[in-house]
Amino acid sequence: MLDDFLVRAALAGLAVACATGPLGCFVVWRRMAYFGDATAHAAILGVALALAFSTSIYAGTLVVALLMALTVASLAGRGWAMDTTLGVLAHSALAFGLVAVSFIPGVRVDLSAYLFGDILAVSRMDLAVIAGGAAAVVALLVWRWRGLLTATLSEDLAHASGINPGRERLVLTVALALVVAVAIKVVGALLIAAMLIVPAATARSLARTPEAMAVLAVLIGGLAVLGGLQASLHWDTPAGPSIVALAATLFAVSVPVAGMLRR
Amino acid sequence: MSLIEARNLTIRHGGAPVLAHVDFAISQGEIVTVVGPNGSGKSTLLRALLGIQSLSEGRVMRKAGLRIGYVPQRLHVDPALPITVRRFLSLPDRVDDHAAAEALARTGVAELGGRQMVGLSGGQFQRVLLARALLSRPEILVLDEPTQGLDQPGVAAFYKLIEEVRRDIGCAVLLVSHDLHVVMSASDRVICLNGHVCCEGTPRVVSNAPEYRALFGLGTGGALALYQHVHDHDHDGHDHAHHHSQRAADA
Repeated sequence: MLDDFLVRAALAGLAVACATGPLGCFVVWRRMAYFGDATAHAAILGVALALAFSTSIYAGTLVVALLMALTVASLAGRGWAMDTTLGVLAHSALAFGLVAVSFIPGVRVDLSAYLFGDILAVSRMDLAVIAGGAAAVVALLVWRWRGLLTATLSEDLAHASGINPGRERLVLTVALALVVAVAIKVVGALLIAAMLIVPAATARSLARTPEAMAVLAVLIGGLAVLGGLQASLHWDTPAGPSIVALAATLFAVSVPVAGMLRR
Repeated sequence: MSLIEARNLTIRHGGAPVLAHVDFAISQGEIVTVVGPNGSGKSTLLRALLGIQSLSEGRVMRKAGLRIGYVPQRLHVDPALPITVRRFLSLPDRVDDHAAAEALARTGVAELGGRQMVGLSGGQFQRVLLARALLSRPEILVLDEPTQGLDQPGVAAFYKLIEEVRRDIGCAVLLVSHDLHVVMSASDRVICLNGHVCCEGTPRVVSNAPEYRALFGLGTGGALALYQHVHDHDHDGHDHAHHHSQRAADA
């Protein structure tokens, strides 16, 4: 079954949707959209470094994404103007990454595979890494759910309940870096943030509790993956952008549907 | 013995002290109101007593295993976060439906369990926060400006509710308010804070006096009382008592 590249692509996409669903909810609740963007853009620098040192792309992106996320989180803690800081860091990391790739001798790198993803080229090995990474993120979020949710509602409330909000922030930062590393092959660095935000935003108008929103975000993300792959085969469009385009369409449909449900 | 006690508490935020040499203690069943102008360090004091804020000097002692029910200041629920009142009560620790219903009934919002937190009015929100704080069966309730944004009958109703809760479960109450003159009449002590303890005393219960009725009308049922500041020192060349009376005249 795994011999079929389409099956591998679908499974990889579904695994990513399982991780981006709940994590995307936190990104939306905590208004970290730009933070996700910065982390994802930094991944291109990770790709360049991985190619230069001939190490695994996943390891390279994970390390650089993690460094970026930790830098941003510590700057935020010191009261920097986040909007500007993120804008500077995100796009510089992307630019440096693109420049660094051009220096790599003798390698003709198809950068668009990393910018927009190459889900149809997912190998068995890739699938194992993606599924393992996604499972780790889901396990991490389930384990810390109580603390994460309390700290998201109010840091003071968390403190008073014996929960350290700084630790929960770190958990999200690590989870975000992990998701970026595993999703870069599926939707690419430029669209990872979309996979985080769009399904969660779609689920928002249909859910009444945080848990329901997280589960719905997974289902919507999964639907976008399967439908987007179909569409990309049918019309011969790039797979990653097709997935995100379908997710965006679902979002547009969800708004009037939620309005009707409330009535 | 005291539930929470602070000695010589000093907190600096980068040089300038926010609080200097504050001594504080609250005992079982006592109601203490802390008042002070904006920026006087009231919230910082609360956070220090709860152990959230680290101290520059001095020490804070809490009774071992003290159960604290905390009602934070103006909790903002992001509209992107869907959460029902019932689900909110189970944060961070799950509570069963019976306990949740009982807590909501006690704070007078029994019918709100299925509502979204985002859709609550200010008064309803405070009552839900109080219900959540009660679920930990607290020995002390700590409330940070719980009546902010409520109108005067709303404030009076909320104070009366706290009084009832205190009577029912016998907890101590530590309440912070930015209203310098009108305090909860059931307060055993009022502490006026402005970087240090300015003065300390008991509220004047004057609910039968005609001035009181002129100020508060009849709808507040004696839940509010006046606090008379006795300040024997100046701040930055301004007479403190004078500053206060001017505020009262403005109000």
